[in-house]
Amino acid sequence: MKTLARELLFPLIAVIAAFVVGGILILLVGDNPIDAYRLLLGSALSWPDGIGYTLFHATPLIFTGLAVLVGFRCGLFNIGVEGQLYIAAFATAWVGIELANRSSWFLIPLCFAAAILAGALWAAIPGVLKARFGSHEVINTIMLNFIAVSLVSYFTQYYYKVPGDPILQTAMIGENAHIPRLGSFIPGLPERIPLNVAFLLALLCCVLVYLFLWRTKWGYEIRATGSNPSAAEYGGISIRKQIVVAMAVSGALAGMVGINEVLGYRYRYYDGFSDNYGFTGIAVALLGRNHPLGVIFAALLFAMLQHGGIYVDGFSENVTKDIVQVLQGIIILFVAAESFFKWLVGRARPQANQLPRVRAVTQ
Amino acid sequence: MRDVFTLSLIASTIRLATPLVLAALGGLFSERSGVINIALEGKMLAGAFTAAAVTYAADTKLGMGNASPWVGLLGGLVAGLFIAFIYAVSCIRFKADQVVSGAAINILMLGIPGFLSGAFFLSSGSTPQLPKDHLLPQSPVVIAITILILVALIWYVLYKTPFGLRLRSVGEKPEAADAAGVSVSKLRYSGVLLAGMLAGIGGAYLSIGQSSLFTRNMTAGRGFIALAALIFGKWRPVQTLLACLLFGFTEAVSIQMQGAVKLPSGEDIPVQFINMVPYVLTIVVLAGFIGSSRPPRALGVPYQKEK
Repeated sequence: MKTLARELLFPLIAVIAAFVVGGILILLVGDNPIDAYRLLLGSALSWPDGIGYTLFHATPLIFTGLAVLVGFRCGLFNIGVEGQLYIAAFATAWVGIELANRSSWFLIPLCFAAAILAGALWAAIPGVLKARFGSHEVINTIMLNFIAVSLVSYFTQYYYKVPGDPILQTAMIGENAHIPRLGSFIPGLPERIPLNVAFLLALLCCVLVYLFLWRTKWGYEIRATGSNPSAAEYGGISIRKQIVVAMAVSGALAGMVGINEVLGYRYRYYDGFSDNYGFTGIAVALLGRNHPLGVIFAALLFAMLQHGGIYVDGFSENVTKDIVQVLQGIIILFVAAESFFKWLVGRARPQANQLPRVRAVTQ
Repeated sequence: MRDVFTLSLIASTIRLATPLVLAALGGLFSERSGVINIALEGKMLAGAFTAAAVTYAADTKLGMGNASPWVGLLGGLVAGLFIAFIYAVSCIRFKADQVVSGAAINILMLGIPGFLSGAFFLSSGSTPQLPKDHLLPQSPVVIAITILILVALIWYVLYKTPFGLRLRSVGEKPEAADAAGVSVSKLRYSGVLLAGMLAGIGGAYLSIGQSSLFTRNMTAGRGFIALAALIFGKWRPVQTLLACLLFGFTEAVSIQMQGAVKLPSGEDIPVQFINMVPYVLTIVVLAGFIGSSRPPRALGVPYQKEK
């Protein structure tokens, strides 16, 4: 119980502190923070729109949060989730378009596989580069994000765009590839709200990631590599293999964003669809203390903010939805500098708050 | 392909490379002192927004006329410095994870300009247009000379002064530097703050040099290209300059071609592939396929004094 309370304490303090700093900024631009926050958080609680859209926005964030988490647990910083989800979403649409006439039983699993495999393969590239050449995954994943965006934009523009369409997006996927919206079986939830079964898949993935990391041998080896690489290697674990496996699993989770986006929401690949999901995933994982359960709560918080941002834009005088991004940045800053709070209450000298890192594996 | 290499292309290469050179050289100071700088993007955004806003204020509210872009430039520098200070305190004083704090700064700076411009200019993320004659000089010759002097100066500081020697030693072997009586955190503070100043100026050049206003997310990844150039340039000033020129050239080509580059054989190279060049080259170099690019040894490791 004591550890749980401690685990909850710092994220809570970080969020409150971020809201205080954000409130000061809102005051500075001449608005009332209480009103702004009421719009920002309150609008997410209405039924069915507020809750429906919040859960819809939470879906990709749970996937990206889990993706970043798996990386962190192996001592890797996957900052390339954004690129992985783009590649995966495009691959999902590609299968959905090319095999549009097949039956749902065949097509939907194939589209799922496309999303998962494409994400995993794209993420495995920096994994292999690190395992084989020791080059830093942070730099490589950043570079691969830009390459991914250019690559899918090229394929969309040259091969899959409907001629004459002014928007950079692919043609529609076959109807057999659509996955059901939750509105079709939850009474009172209209089907226009794009919340779909990918949300249930996201919750399932939280359970699966927990079981994988804490109940399987592979998961144990990944965590061992993350917490103490030299001890893990001494114990006979191949660090190089764990790096590639962890990156691939991380990318597979990132790729599932494509399922929500393409099969459950827009039914096509839309260039630039991601509202910084990959980067918000970093915030989600960190605020969720790198635990699947924490990821759900953190994803819900950021999804509430994202939904509320639209209302702030519409109803508040000086505050724009940019406040969401600002709050997010401050939250991560506070979570990262945890020792700042310890120092504030005068308990300790700042200690290095390093995430475990696998470095220089080839030396 | 022949008409690609025109005088105007060279001029636009220099113009486009300028913000990259400034940010990359800033990153050089920070990374050579052992602090990773993925926050260059955020610092450039801070510089770009502040420079445009300050120039506008100086021009319309204070009537400073031709002097206003220089006040704006100073504003950009101070903004970069301010963001770098937050970053430095978080990474050095409170020993936060450098990559995480850097990502936080980048996310924060995606929001702040929009937040402030919504309040000050009632716009959705851009500043008002500035008059054409109240911008920073754009003559490629003037810029080229300034950049060359700057690179020479930085080379000199880094390799020929005690400060440069200490800065590099702190990035390579902080324990040894500490034992020799050098203050690791002081040097790292100066490295990160210099990076903030230069990235801020680089951002300022984007908004009040290359264009005449700030627009939402106007850096569009240039902070990361600068980081790529720094790695491609193997953390050395002259090579970094050359890398920035190369990346500026690819950008100039992709702008000039507006679609696709025609090869003599009649085939097209889509602009998306030209845009990829800097990133692909960086990955290749980092993997050691063309020469090796070795980062400073203590890069990314907070220094914990032995007790």
